[in-house]
This record gives sequence, C-alpha cells and structure tokens, in this order.
Amino acid sequence: MGVFTMPSLGADMEAGTLSEWLVKPGDSVRRGDVIAVVETQKGAIEIEVFEDGTVADLTAEVGQELPVGAPLATILAPGKAAPEAPPAPGPSPRLSPGPAPRPAPRPAPRPAPEPESESEPESEPEPESESESEREPTPEPASEREPERGRPTPAPAAPTPAAPAQAPSPATTGAASPAARVRARDLGVDLSSVKGTGPGGAILLSDVEAASSGKPKGPIPASSPADEMRRAIAAAMTRSKRTIPHFYMTQTLDLQPVTDWLAATNADRPPARRLLLGALLVRATALAAASVKVLNGHYTDDGFAPSDAVNVGVAIALRGGGLVAPALIDADDMTLDEVMDGMRDLVARARAGRLRSREMTAGTITLSSLGDTGAEAMAGVIFPPQVALVGLGAPQTRPWVVDGAVLPRQVITLILSADHRAADGRQAAAFIDAFRSALAPPETP
Amino acid sequence: MTDTALTEDTIRAAYLEELARIAPDIDPTSVGADDHLQDDLGLDSMDVLNFVTALHERLGVDVPEADYPEIATLARAVAYIACRAA
Repeated sequence: MGVFTMPSLGADMEAGTLSEWLVKPGDSVRRGDVIAVVETQKGAIEIEVFEDGTVADLTAEVGQELPVGAPLATILAPGKAAPEAPPAPGPSPRLSPGPAPRPAPRPAPRPAPEPESESEPESEPEPESESESEREPTPEPASEREPERGRPTPAPAAPTPAAPAQAPSPATTGAASPAARVRARDLGVDLSSVKGTGPGGAILLSDVEAASSGKPKGPIPASSPADEMRRAIAAAMTRSKRTIPHFYMTQTLDLQPVTDWLAATNADRPPARRLLLGALLVRATALAAASVKVLNGHYTDDGFAPSDAVNVGVAIALRGGGLVAPALIDADDMTLDEVMDGMRDLVARARAGRLRSREMTAGTITLSSLGDTGAEAMAGVIFPPQVALVGLGAPQTRPWVVDGAVLPRQVITLILSADHRAADGRQAAAFIDAFRSALAPPETP
Repeated sequence: MTDTALTEDTIRAAYLEELARIAPDIDPTSVGADDHLQDDLGLDSMDVLNFVTALHERLGVDVPEADYPEIATLARAVAYIACRAA
C-alpha cells in the first residue's frame, strides 16, 4: 500500500482526532497491529493496520482533527522503497465532497468532485469492509445519480424521498460533506447559505445544524461526548431507516431449558467463570447467521455481499447514555466460554473507550438484547451496512404449553429485523429456526 | 478463607469501592443503603457479574447466583456477606 488513512469507524463518521501514535518511523507492523488511537464520536478507538509493512513516515500529528480518508501515515509493504513524495500535504487536508480523498493516483489539481467510488480497486474482503464503510456516505449521491447512468438499476437503492435537484453541483454550493448534504436536506437548509468551517471552507454536518438552529454559524460549541454519541447514533439510524426496507419476523421461544441449564452450570462455577444468558444469545445468533448467510454480510452500492466470517455486533449500552455495537470477530467459531470471555472483554473496553477499529466496522449482523429485566420485545433498527438485527426482549415468565399442559415458563421474544433487499421471509424464518436450535442447552456443560 | 469475620466497615468499603470501579460515574458517598444495584444504580447483568467477581476476589466470599438478590443493596450485602464470612 503506502498511505494509511483515517478510517471511517461508523455510518456517519466525518472526522477523528488523532490522540496517540503507538508506532514510530522504522517500526515493522503486522496486519492487525494497533498503531494509533483516534478520538471519535463513539469514544477513543484503537486503529489497526491492515497489511504488513514498515512505518516510513507519520504524516499526521497528535491532536490534529482529520477528515475520514486523510493520510495518517505512510506504511511500506515489505521490500518496498519510499514513494518520492507524500501524496497529500499534511497540514490542511481537503475534505472532499465525495468519498475519502484517496491519495492513490497522482492527484489532479483539484480532486474531481465526482464521488466515484467504483474505481476503487476491490482487494481482500476483510479490509474491504473498512473501505465500504469509508465509502459509506456515497450511497446517497450514487442513488440519485443512478438514473443518469442509464444502467439497469440493480435493486434500487433507496429512492430518497426528497432528493435534491440534481447531483450536487460544487459550482453552486461549494464543498460539503455527504453527511452535511443529507442533514441539510432533512432540515430544509439551503447549502448555498451555509458558511463552511471545514478544510477549504467545506460545509460540515455541524455547520448545517448550526445554520438550521439559527445559532451563530461555526463549529458547534464543544459538545459533550454524550451529545456526540447521540449525534452519531441519530445519523446512523436515520440512514438505516432511509435506505433499508426493514421487515420483521418474530417468535417467542421457551427459555426454561436454557435458564435451568445456566443455573445448574453456574452453580458449580466461581464468579469469574460464570456464564451469562447473553453469551448463549450471541452464540445462537452467530450459528444462525452462519447457516443463513443471506442475513450475514454487508449491503453496499454493488448489492449484498455475504460474509463467510460471522462477526456478531453486540449492542452495549454505555452508562452515561448511548450505545456502541462492537463486533465479536468470528463468533461462530467460538465455544460458549470463549464467547463469554469475548463479551466481557468487549464490554470492558467499550466502557473504557478502547475498542478497535476493526470491531467498529467488521460486524456482519447485530444482536441487541434488553437484558435481564424490562420489556418483552424490541423491533430494532438495522446497523448499516449490515442487513439484519436480532432484537431480544427481557425474559418473562408466561403461561406456556408444554406437552399438553399449561405451565409457567421463562420465555424470550425474538424479533428479527431484516433488509428486504437482501432477504425474504422464508430466509428470515429459516434464521429464526436456526436460532432456536442453536439456543438449546449445550450437551456438555 | 478468612480467619476473622469481616467487619461491617470492611465490607461496606469493599462494596462501595468495587461498585465505583465498575461504574465510575457513581459517587460512592451518594449511594444509599437501600439503593438497588440494577433498579437504582443501573448496573446490567455483566456489571453485576463483574461486581460479584470482584467481591469474591477481594473478600473471599463467593456469592452464588441464586443469592444475587442478597447483595442488591448495600444494607443487605453487609449483613449477608458478614454472615457468609463468619
């Protein structure tokens, strides 16, 4: 590769602030190594590198706020020499109107306003999930432009209700981030009246919101992390509901055998080795996703791409408000105890604000569970670009028919939210059936 | 595990310190004797498990799952743990 850029770590991430470098020039890095820490709306995220190589140069400085796609470092593949010059100047990275400003081919005098993400060479699938989300802002403009291209529309991506007159013309509006455009449309803000505070005068999300609320234009006064988190959730969920045709399928399951097994198993274990019901739910989700692949993967401009890996995003509520859904990577290959350990680790790091970039982007399906007590069911919103979310209510004691007799039983209600672009009812039903089978108490404790 | 029974003060201190470690936003001085871990203090099942694990490591008292309600408030926990450790 060469240039390592600020990754997108969520559906609406525009920028991040580099808070720490964990490598220095000359260091060897291996795929998966954490090389930097970036502060985002969702807290501090450890940034991993996706290829082996050697750090040639650290382009970005600690404390800099950088847009998604801005160069952070130059990392040379093993055996490669340094490029003649850094592809983009560090201090004032441009905020391109389209996808991440790719430093790839020799940059034209100005980055073409064409938000063309398709020229992006596809590489291996795993990192690609990264760049899919980097390209994330693209779907909107892309779908607007679809008709112009005159090519057969493959599964019309979200006919946006109030599309702006045409593909945004930089001549009239100046540069604006994709999120800012979407927000401006939602809020009815005329972009030409907004003063941008981003690099090169680009209009940022915060500018649009400031303009809309009549507040003085400019960066929003330092908002609290909770506000930032709320904003990130709002953007991702709005995007989901705008672009994903959700459908829902529900089933209430007899949980009694599972809770009985869990109680018996935990009775013999010290606290440090006890299992939570949540671990069984994650495992059941992983196994169901592995067997119904059409609900496991990412939906992008190119349609649905199923994933061989099953990375279950686990929605974790944060004290202080908000939530994150980091992925438990390869959850389908884990034993129950491994799932439990993985969840403990994820929750601890989510609370401490030390999740990794891959965990933020590699999820292929999400589980959202209400926990021990509370409401009996939840129809959740799919986390784009995923295509399914498993929503589980809190277990309830209900009259239940067992072998012809009505008994009080612990039951749990599952609502599967699925993307109708990727799957139909038959597959959703197959998923629920697989979930039910997978939730049965393990044979051996 | 303990030669001498734990004093109520030791238990109270351990309870509040471990609680604050798990939920740093909670001010230990503001926790009432009858505040409920889940209903009032907002701990979830993972928090409760971590809390029980911490008490086990610190005080040597293993609270079985069935007894979790016994440590759900400071007042109940002090009585319960003192009894278990005696």
